[in-house]
Amino acid sequence: MGAIWTPLLLSLKVAGWATALNLVLGVAAAYGLSRWRSPLRDLVDALLTLPLVLPPTVLGYYLLVLFGRRGTFGAWLSQIGIELVFTWQGAVLASTIVAFPLVLKSARSAFETVDKQYEHAARVLGVSEAGVFFRISLPLAARGIAAGVLLAFARALGEFGATLMIAGNLPGRTQTLSVAIYEAVQAGDDNTATLLVLITSVTCIAVLLIAGRLVPTQAQRADLS
Amino acid sequence: MSVALHIQKQLRARDRVFNLDLGFASDSDRIVLYGPSGAGKSLTLKAMAGLMTPDAGTITLNQRTLFDAASGINVRPQERNVAYLFQDYALFPHLTVAQNIAFGLRRSCFNLRRPASHPAVQRWLQAFGLEATAASFPSQISGGQRQRVALARALVAQPDILLLDEPFAALDLSLRARMRQELSDLQQQLQVPMLIITHDPADVEALGDAVFEVRDGIIQQHK
Repeated sequence: MGAIWTPLLLSLKVAGWATALNLVLGVAAAYGLSRWRSPLRDLVDALLTLPLVLPPTVLGYYLLVLFGRRGTFGAWLSQIGIELVFTWQGAVLASTIVAFPLVLKSARSAFETVDKQYEHAARVLGVSEAGVFFRISLPLAARGIAAGVLLAFARALGEFGATLMIAGNLPGRTQTLSVAIYEAVQAGDDNTATLLVLITSVTCIAVLLIAGRLVPTQAQRADLS
Repeated sequence: MSVALHIQKQLRARDRVFNLDLGFASDSDRIVLYGPSGAGKSLTLKAMAGLMTPDAGTITLNQRTLFDAASGINVRPQERNVAYLFQDYALFPHLTVAQNIAFGLRRSCFNLRRPASHPAVQRWLQAFGLEATAASFPSQISGGQRQRVALARALVAQPDILLLDEPFAALDLSLRARMRQELSDLQQQLQVPMLIITHDPADVEALGDAVFEVRDGIIQQHK
């Protein structure tokens, strides 16, 4: 059973960390972009959305170049004791970047649908900009953000290409569900592969169902405003 | 109280250009800007509150300069100590009546805990007969109650002036006269200065001591 549980638990750990990081980074970037008035905004948005369309192997290659032992940040990081190549932390980095645009897109459109009048009203009542964010914008955008975060979790759970490039395929250390499936198929172990595939599919369906419930329908949206 | 405002603002929307060039000064506690919609009244009120930055001009309230384009003064909305009653009230839909009223009592990142037991909130809940709705959400109460909640939320922080944007437009005709009387009594009781913008002559009649008529972005006449 270790052949099933070890990669499953590792995948959940990696996806969990990636989702937590994206919750902070994605929401911050989305809020920034939704408020920023600059001609550079579209360019920055496009760059941040790039992981959605680039092949994961390309992303993995970038990550190796930047975070490899001789990479730009990698050399510096390994001096302070952080190794990203062939570690589960490297898998977290890959999953975070691949899933990031899903949180960014959902959170940005959620922030943009918050009626500006509520934010104005809060400011006139004397509440600080941080207070306006935490007490008005964030709670009113919460459902859209939660839906994006769930999608990001599902995407991170299934991450394969970039993860394989930077974290490799070390059973028990960096072998996540999707990598384990690949290896099981290569080894002709169809029973393990089938079981892993079913687990992944059921988890992703459950996540999609919950995400679908969180995004308010048109009728609910009208009711809110 | 004294208000003096003289502002200019040009707005462009595709092929249309709207020029606002509007000034008035008054010592009255009941000022009404009266005129058709689209005349620039709402913009003027937003400029008072700091929600719109004019291109040029000055705004002073009780000898305190809130805005002066020439010397670069533009006090943030948070520090103007004005209260704003939005036309559709802008009650926070995710907060209860008590949380809405208490909103301005805390300026930091968190809502007040147990707002219904704060003395200032209790006072306003009682004054407006809202005790039974303290835990309700804005979508669950009537139009008249919503206006009372919005007034309570605006007044709880003891503002220097109360700005009202078409305060009765969102109410049924039958309710309007009653709420108008209520507002008039409230103003006399609290002695809080009001600046109202409206297109309804009945509001002018009931609430206007100093009346300025606005048309096409300029003041036409006053009585």
